[in-house]
Amino acid sequence: MLIINNLKASIGGKNILKGISLEVKPGEIHAIMGPNGSGKSTLAAVLAGRELVEVTEGTVTYFGKNLLEMTAEDRAKEGIFLGFQYPIEIPGVSMVNFMKTAVNENRKHKGLDPLSASDFLKMMREKKELVEIDSKLANRSVNEGFSGGEKKKNEIFQMAMLEPKLAILDETDSGLDIDALRIVANGVNKLKLPDNSFIVITHYQRLLDYIIPDVVHVLYDGRIVKTAGKELALELEEKGYDWIKKEVENNIIA
Amino acid sequence: MNGKSEVTERYIELYKENIDKISGVSSHYINSFREAAFEKFRELGIPTKKNEAYKYTNLNIFFDHDYKSYFMPVTSDFVKAEEFRCDVADLDTHGIVLLNGFYPTINEKLRQLPSGVWIGSLNEAAVRFADKIEKHYGKYAKTETDGLIHLNTAMASDGVFIYVPEGVTLTKPVQIVNLVQSDEDMFNQHRNLIIVEKNAEFSLIICDHTLSPKKFLTNAVTEVFVGENAHFDIIRVQNEHNNACKITHTFIHQEKNSVASSNNMTLHGGLIRNSTYHYLGGEGAESYSYGLFLADKWQHIDNFVNVDHASPHCTSNQLFKGVLDDMSTGAFNGRILVRPDAQGTLAYQKNNNILLTDDAKMDTKPQLEIYADDVKCSHGATVGQLDDDALFYLQSRGINKREARLMLMFGFAHEVIQNIKIEALRERMDNLVMQRLKGELSRCASCMVKCG
Amino acid sequence: MEKDQDKILSDVTSGEYKYGFYSDIEMDRIPKGLSEDVVRIISGKKNEPEWLLDFRLKAYRHWLIMKMPTWPNLKIPPINYQEIIFYAAPKLRKNLNSIDDIDPELKKTFDKLGIPLDEQKHLAGVAVDAVIDSVSVKTTFKETLAEMGIIFCSFSDAVKEYPDLVKRYMGSVVPYTDNFFATLNSAVFSDGSFCYIPKGVRCPMELSTYFRINSANTGQFERTLLIADEESYVSYLEGCTAPSRDENQLHAAIVEIVAEKNAEVKYSTVQNWYPGNKEGKGGVFNFVTKRGICKGENSKISWTQIETGSAITWKYPSCILRGDNSTGEFYSVAVTNNYQQADTGTKMIHIGKNTKSTIVSKGISAGKGQNSYRGLVKVLKNATNARNFSQCDSLLLGDKCGAHTFPYIEVDNQTAIVEHEATTSKIGEDQIFYCNQRGISTDDAIGLIVNGYAREVINKLPMEFAVEAQKLLQISLEGSVG
Repeated sequence: MLIINNLKASIGGKNILKGISLEVKPGEIHAIMGPNGSGKSTLAAVLAGRELVEVTEGTVTYFGKNLLEMTAEDRAKEGIFLGFQYPIEIPGVSMVNFMKTAVNENRKHKGLDPLSASDFLKMMREKKELVEIDSKLANRSVNEGFSGGEKKKNEIFQMAMLEPKLAILDETDSGLDIDALRIVANGVNKLKLPDNSFIVITHYQRLLDYIIPDVVHVLYDGRIVKTAGKELALELEEKGYDWIKKEVENNIIA
Repeated sequence: MNGKSEVTERYIELYKENIDKISGVSSHYINSFREAAFEKFRELGIPTKKNEAYKYTNLNIFFDHDYKSYFMPVTSDFVKAEEFRCDVADLDTHGIVLLNGFYPTINEKLRQLPSGVWIGSLNEAAVRFADKIEKHYGKYAKTETDGLIHLNTAMASDGVFIYVPEGVTLTKPVQIVNLVQSDEDMFNQHRNLIIVEKNAEFSLIICDHTLSPKKFLTNAVTEVFVGENAHFDIIRVQNEHNNACKITHTFIHQEKNSVASSNNMTLHGGLIRNSTYHYLGGEGAESYSYGLFLADKWQHIDNFVNVDHASPHCTSNQLFKGVLDDMSTGAFNGRILVRPDAQGTLAYQKNNNILLTDDAKMDTKPQLEIYADDVKCSHGATVGQLDDDALFYLQSRGINKREARLMLMFGFAHEVIQNIKIEALRERMDNLVMQRLKGELSRCASCMVKCG
Repeated sequence: MEKDQDKILSDVTSGEYKYGFYSDIEMDRIPKGLSEDVVRIISGKKNEPEWLLDFRLKAYRHWLIMKMPTWPNLKIPPINYQEIIFYAAPKLRKNLNSIDDIDPELKKTFDKLGIPLDEQKHLAGVAVDAVIDSVSVKTTFKETLAEMGIIFCSFSDAVKEYPDLVKRYMGSVVPYTDNFFATLNSAVFSDGSFCYIPKGVRCPMELSTYFRINSANTGQFERTLLIADEESYVSYLEGCTAPSRDENQLHAAIVEIVAEKNAEVKYSTVQNWYPGNKEGKGGVFNFVTKRGICKGENSKISWTQIETGSAITWKYPSCILRGDNSTGEFYSVAVTNNYQQADTGTKMIHIGKNTKSTIVSKGISAGKGQNSYRGLVKVLKNATNARNFSQCDSLLLGDKCGAHTFPYIEVDNQTAIVEHEATTSKIGEDQIFYCNQRGISTDDAIGLIVNGYAREVINKLPMEFAVEAQKLLQISLEGSVG
């Protein structure tokens, strides 16, 4: 569904992604790991259509379409979901109004009628139960005053509401205690359907104990330097990132 | 310099020519303030930009003009005023209409509501409730620098009087509808006095409307006494046309453990200046001051807030927001004063503004003046655009840019609106603001004036 | 416990001024008072060219029609300008060519202040221009700097040797009509420092001016002009002290900075004029106009000030951000103790595109001190993408002092983002307790907390000054005289 080919991107003139190639097939879970500053979040931002990031080279094809030409909202309507590393607080905008607008925009895109208020509230209720989220969150402004864990759970809840084909979770595990982590991971697993795919970006292996990836990539200095099965994550956990760095440096020298 | 004195001169003349007429219809006690106030006005004059409190507002465009002024209401106008109905759905209030600053009912100039609450004409109350007037009138509207307040004291003769006795909770709010209507350009002033005694609870809504497309100037002063442990809310909804200038001065005096809030919702008007003075005169008092304005075309909206922490352990909170479109201009002056003995003060102030065009302009001046040490005070002010990150967040959920912008602007405004406790009014405000943000005309159905 | 703390607070806030001595130096003074003749005498004493006398006279005549500003949040006693001596200079023995030519008493004075005029003894990497009362007495490292084309000399010398530069830039940032005290300075200024960094030169050492008021009843009116030509860099410091006297002394200075394309100027001040005694008697009135213009694109001016002295301080080091992409910064710590008053802050005027400004102001009030931050951030219509962030915090020690914040924000461009935040709070009892619990005395804890609070600003100072500044903060708030 997603083919990234030699993607290079920069922020404010600084090159961050230096040639990334990657293919995600329907139903796959890809994990992207890497040390801080390797470009993981930038990759997520490019895929979701953040204008701040400038793509300088390469292509991204999504279901045969040129993803880079699409606006952020069109990408969302085509089924791409980004779980933010730092979910944004939007004072004054209620969760209900926010989600209703988003769900109905998505439905409109698919040629469906907007949900009635009662159907929508029913859907909210179901999804909330699915991802074990405190129902009080829905009455508040988007992410405002949420704790770190609540914010991340709220991202998973939104994912449940929008039913994406490709969900990119950007460090969804950061700042979570073990219980919150389990709730988030369970949410993801419940939402996993045979045809939809995930890109899970994480610094640590622990999330991957719950969400088992098919493929693990290591991103370092803007490049994917290693790709392997789920065992790679365990190896990283054991040895840290230094050996990868060394390997990369040796390769450059060689 | 000459301009200043010439403008002031106009109003000095107006006073001299009409003072006999004005005094003739007012009570002795109210008249006893006039001469000193006039002298003070003569000294201070119409405020210019040199006055720090009016630094960003040019009053001359409205004050330097020949207006007609009524000092005696005309009976035929009363009929029109009595026909006026507020169209806010489900808003159940005790209504009062003021027409060009006068209480336009011939019979029942004062009426009694359940539990001994009185509402009605100030002029009438000055006769019937002389003791209450003498206790409170002119006691809270104090200024050493603002000539307009003295101008009002010197010349205003009528307005609304409300008395809520000790321990009474009035469940329905009182709604004052200020109507301005004339076939001529007109200047008017009125004076309100609200007394909320100990342990009482009371909400007031003031709606400003202009009913004819003439140039209007209104200078209104409202004094409020909030007794010990009492609760008081005042909400102003301003929806006047672009050729109208509205200047309001609201003085809220609070006693021990009282809670008061003020909310200025400015949707429309040519030049609007709202000055709100909160005086925390007893320990444990809490005050909340809110304001929201949406400005476009050539409108100028100025909010001035002064919170005076004169007693220990009081809390105050200010939140003012503005959205400026076209070539509109806005100003915010907010001051927190913590007096030397006001220990244990908590005071917060926030002013956020969004400029939608290159021609819009915003000036803001949040101030802290603190003379006690056991305090927590903070203020913040921003002028800018919608938050890019928030915009992207909404877009990444599939919401298109236009809709996302609208949601953010609405959210921005709603943060102020959500503080209105009266549900029907809060919903109406949300709707009016949404319509306005969508570029639709937002006005009450009864308003026959095309704004702008 | 509370009593203890009160006692310590009072000890801590009763620090004494250690620079209060007076030196008996042979002086050349003119009679007190101000008139057109006095202006002519000052100009004559300095053998000034006609154009400079004209400049002074224009300023003087303009000053006569001006009134003292009343807007600051200060109580300023009336100043009798006829009681002030407007010119006082140490008598020079002969032309100053070497360190030995300086009056030994004068040399001792500066040694006592820790400012040796002898280059060998001096801190490596700092060139000093020493100004006493009205005139510059010695500039060190002049020759070393001259090799790189850097001009660093007294203002009077600059008038003689580089009249074209002085003529071109003097009054271009602070015009003689600017404000009451700047106009007064323009009429009667006696000396000051002049500095020019040529194109492409990075000044290898800190330049510094050391100001000392010595004589009684004397006003000090110096003028500093600092020009950083294209692609140049300079870091400039100033320090100041005065003897303890019962009467107030007037200091009304001007600093003008011009930064051309890609130039960067760092200007740091450690202001320690005599603050008056504990009862509020005496002390310097410090009424200073400081302004820089970022004239060329990518230029940068950064003001850092540690204000601990003076009975009354009135100053607003400002930046006019005219060049595109230019940057202005203002970092300030102001302490008011006893009866000191300060009304200080900055102005950031955004004119060019993509201009940035940062304001960090930390006020500390103790005793009966009154401390006001006053700042203006103005974004003009064509200043697209202007950014400002202001943070103004106030710390209160004791219940008789005051802290005030008066920011003015004027935005006329929709692409601007201007943010202002301010907080005012008492020194944290829980912080003190936390320190106590770890074995730190309350006295030391306050010192620690205050220094921590001011760290963000102190870190902006050059190293030698940062250490000085920390000590000064401690001294001005604590009983321990250094």
